[in-house]
Amino acid sequence: MATNAAVINEQLVTADGVPLRTSLARAQRRNRLRALSLVLPLFLFIAITFFWPIVDMLFRSVENQLVGEVMHRSAPLLQDWDESSGELPDETVFAALAEDFKEARETKTSGKVGRRLNYEKPGFSGLFRKTARKAPKLEAPFKDAFIKADKKWGKVEMWQVFKRESTPYTISYYLAAMDMGYGDTGEIARNAENKRIYMKLFWRTVWISLLITALCLLLAYPISYLLSVLPVAKSNLLIILVLLPFWTSLLVRTTAWIALLQQEGVINDIVVWLGFVADDNRLQMIHNRTGTIIAMVHILLPFMVLPLYSVMKTIPPSYMRAAKSLGATPFTAFVRVYIPNTIAGVGAGAILVFILAIGYYITPALVGGQSGTLISNFIAFHMSSSLNWGLAAALGSILLAVVLALYFIYDKIVGFDNMKLG
Amino acid sequence: MALPTYATPLERVWHYSYLTICGLIFFFLIAPIIIIIPLSFNSVPFFTFTQEMLTLDPAGYSLKWYQDFFTNLNWQGAVKNSFIIAVIATIISTTLGTIAALGLSRPEMPYKSAIMGILISPMIVPLIISAAGMYFFYTKIGLASTHLGVILAHAALGTPFVVITVTATLVGFDHSLTRAAAMLGASPTRTFFKVIVPLILPGVISGALFAFITSFDEVVVVLFVGSYEQRTIPWQMFSGIREQISPTILAVATLLVIFSIMLLTSVELLRRRGERLRGIRTT
Amino acid sequence: MKYLLKHTLIATSVAATMGLATAAHAETEMVVVSWGGAYTASQQKAYHEPYMAANSDVKIINDDSAGEAVAKLRAMNEAGNVTWALVDMVASDAILLCEEGLLEEIDHDTALAAAPDGTLASEDFGDMIVSPCYIPQIVYSTTFGYRTDLVKEAPTSINDIFDLEKIPGKRSLEKKPINNLEWALIADGVSPDEVYDILETEEGVDRALAKLDTIKDSVIWWDKGAQTPQLLADGEVVIGSTYNGRLFSVIEEEKQPIAMMWDWQVFDLDGWVIPKGAPHREEVAKYLTFATDTQRLADQAKYISYGPARASSAPLVGKHADLGIEMSPHMPTAPDNAKNTLLYNYEFWADNRDDLTERFNSWLAQ
Repeated sequence: MATNAAVINEQLVTADGVPLRTSLARAQRRNRLRALSLVLPLFLFIAITFFWPIVDMLFRSVENQLVGEVMHRSAPLLQDWDESSGELPDETVFAALAEDFKEARETKTSGKVGRRLNYEKPGFSGLFRKTARKAPKLEAPFKDAFIKADKKWGKVEMWQVFKRESTPYTISYYLAAMDMGYGDTGEIARNAENKRIYMKLFWRTVWISLLITALCLLLAYPISYLLSVLPVAKSNLLIILVLLPFWTSLLVRTTAWIALLQQEGVINDIVVWLGFVADDNRLQMIHNRTGTIIAMVHILLPFMVLPLYSVMKTIPPSYMRAAKSLGATPFTAFVRVYIPNTIAGVGAGAILVFILAIGYYITPALVGGQSGTLISNFIAFHMSSSLNWGLAAALGSILLAVVLALYFIYDKIVGFDNMKLG
Repeated sequence: MALPTYATPLERVWHYSYLTICGLIFFFLIAPIIIIIPLSFNSVPFFTFTQEMLTLDPAGYSLKWYQDFFTNLNWQGAVKNSFIIAVIATIISTTLGTIAALGLSRPEMPYKSAIMGILISPMIVPLIISAAGMYFFYTKIGLASTHLGVILAHAALGTPFVVITVTATLVGFDHSLTRAAAMLGASPTRTFFKVIVPLILPGVISGALFAFITSFDEVVVVLFVGSYEQRTIPWQMFSGIREQISPTILAVATLLVIFSIMLLTSVELLRRRGERLRGIRTT
Repeated sequence: MKYLLKHTLIATSVAATMGLATAAHAETEMVVVSWGGAYTASQQKAYHEPYMAANSDVKIINDDSAGEAVAKLRAMNEAGNVTWALVDMVASDAILLCEEGLLEEIDHDTALAAAPDGTLASEDFGDMIVSPCYIPQIVYSTTFGYRTDLVKEAPTSINDIFDLEKIPGKRSLEKKPINNLEWALIADGVSPDEVYDILETEEGVDRALAKLDTIKDSVIWWDKGAQTPQLLADGEVVIGSTYNGRLFSVIEEEKQPIAMMWDWQVFDLDGWVIPKGAPHREEVAKYLTFATDTQRLADQAKYISYGPARASSAPLVGKHADLGIEMSPHMPTAPDNAKNTLLYNYEFWADNRDDLTERFNSWLAQ
């Protein structure tokens, strides 16, 4: 007779009279909570140090509160002005603007606003600077005073841009990131041919990353196969040749390639010495796309080899023997039996390499020259040189969206819990 | 992979050319790393083999770049910062990562795949985006250009590796061992320290080494979140490559290669030890 | 093997612990931000070392990130945590940041030393004080250097940069529209007085970019001053633009076979700014009075060929400290070098920098 469980009313109960089902559910919930609480510290840590900054960046890509905050008297009034009427705003707006400028001059905030508007239409920087300087002397009638201070205040287009960008949120950064903008008519349109950069750069990044992925696959497949069929002792030795680059610093590898690919570098010296190329016509392998591709293939190759290797190791050699015994030539056996079995590894490695490639910054910055820069270099440029942080955030968000989409596909193919690192 | 004795001439040719191709690819992988070692002993500030070096003339070789490295304040500060930041970041990420992995490997863990995906994301999100986000956010809260900011950033970037390696180790973990320990009267804490930890230790240390090398090697986030005071070795190398390409960088690179070899060896030895402890033999 | 494992781990921890043991500092540490390389070295020798010798409780630390200073100062300002004491900045950036309220305004007459003959600082510096926040230090120029052994005949004018037959081989130009557009228009025949008027128009910019197109495939683009001298020394380029002091360094100090071409050099100013909220304000004030006096500015010219911004320093420019050569002929302002010069147009570039940079980047990306 069991003392822990009894049957009361056709239901199993535990010793304290609670139905077994409830008790079990309670115990399982407790276990689940315990498991979740173990994960919680890391989750919170990542949320604060990693996720929140990225969310903040996304916010920055649409945030536009500067203009409205500094020009807090004129901006709301401007919302009532009809920008399609072709007429300038009325005197009240100008009066409010004069007050705003006087205040902005004291707090030294007019320069920032001018710069922000300058991204939309060149000329605002100088306009705000001049007006701020003359602000204390502005007096009614303000409209005439402003236009006398600078003719640009009499142009409707300037006011249109001003009104448009005084809203707290804006899509102009995303438009710029996609090579679009508000044309002269105020409509959204593609930028002029000579101002389109980013779509081209996104495309170039994707294209070069695809090329690198394909090259990595081409180079990784033979050696992964070799590693998987060799006896373990030999393959362990050879795998060191794959792991050592993997563990070596990225900068060390890039430096090595600079040393090798330079005009006066090792490879050019060898090629000249062998007589393939004349001395004054050395190969240009660096500071261009070629340099980026070669260096990145080298750096990302281990990321392709390791997943392929782990998948290939699990394919029983008997499959190939079976195929051959059924009459297939080695080539047919390989193509029709072996390769399909490795698709999972190919997919895992390819997506991993591709995701890593499109986000690369260091290598293109050092060896890419002009034709080999990728979108991440432009994000960095806008963060530290042009200081258009909104645009940097918008470009980053687009890149992030692409990567997350691929990450999702990776999960479908491989599964996050199946990721191995050799 | 041996060639069977009945192979046709065509198959022989293919076999040997295949091995040659593999040889070339391995050469491609390893040659750049090896070649900088002799170049770092170059006595003139050029990145190529001079006549004297090729004829093994001792005048072509010199240790002066190593000397420069050990005496230069920039590099010394960089070494110090690199180690401080990497060690502390590794401790943080290993602790948090191991605990999380223990939770994730429990059979009753809900939403395992989704949570795993979120926890691994720092490894996947392009560094420039992480760096951009962290730069903006950390400046807002005053953590930019501080050691703490860089350490936290690196810890966040290192945790995915710990999580992956420790969960992989725990996959083969026999949970009946914990139940046996409980049956024998051990409290959960004692079980943890006496039973679980020794078995997962190789995986934990492996993950810790991965996290360490990630932080030690990382340059994009340091460039944006940190500034000169937080300069690390990769930071200094990156500036150095753009400023003046003196072979001191090659000397540092050589030292880093040796360091990597040491770390790689540790990982390998740990892996074998782990497999032995769990009864897997690979002979 | 356990032995090996244990010792590898111990070695790593020992290295880390050694790193953790740092000596405590009891002195004032001032972080001075500058451009690195030969330029920072000259400031170190002419200003920092004499100052530290006279004030033993002050330690000046050099930070080489002046290239990113504008972005970093903006970020520091947003965070309310400024860690830099003094920053070396070009005039255009200083004007910009001063207007944004990120820099301290200075009364030049009270803050800076007068000339030995009693002339007040504001007069001695004269027009160089382009902003109330700015303390000018040196006049430098962006100009060209070329490999004497790799060119068939020596280039003498800006047209030679665009002449692939006379000077075959690669060039290096800055990855910015500034200076490049002006040089392109001058080489295309535009009179220097009209350059900026023409650049205000779309067609003008197109014309400049078209001229640059003729050499685009032969250009390596640099973004740090030290790159062109390195590229020249490596033979990667045969002629390239950079700051004249860097070229002086590589020619006279490193004795590379390079010579200068001064035609249409562009003058610009480099000087000090004090970030708002900077630490050690009083120490910085003392340092500035010392480092910008007549003798000190002339001293910097002993190490690098940049002209002192003070009128009273010019006659004191003497010989190079180590090489013993006369510095005056190497100054951008020397009559032989200054036959054709452009002055950086701050107004124009303040308004048009963003837009033209976008067009330039777009052109580059094609």
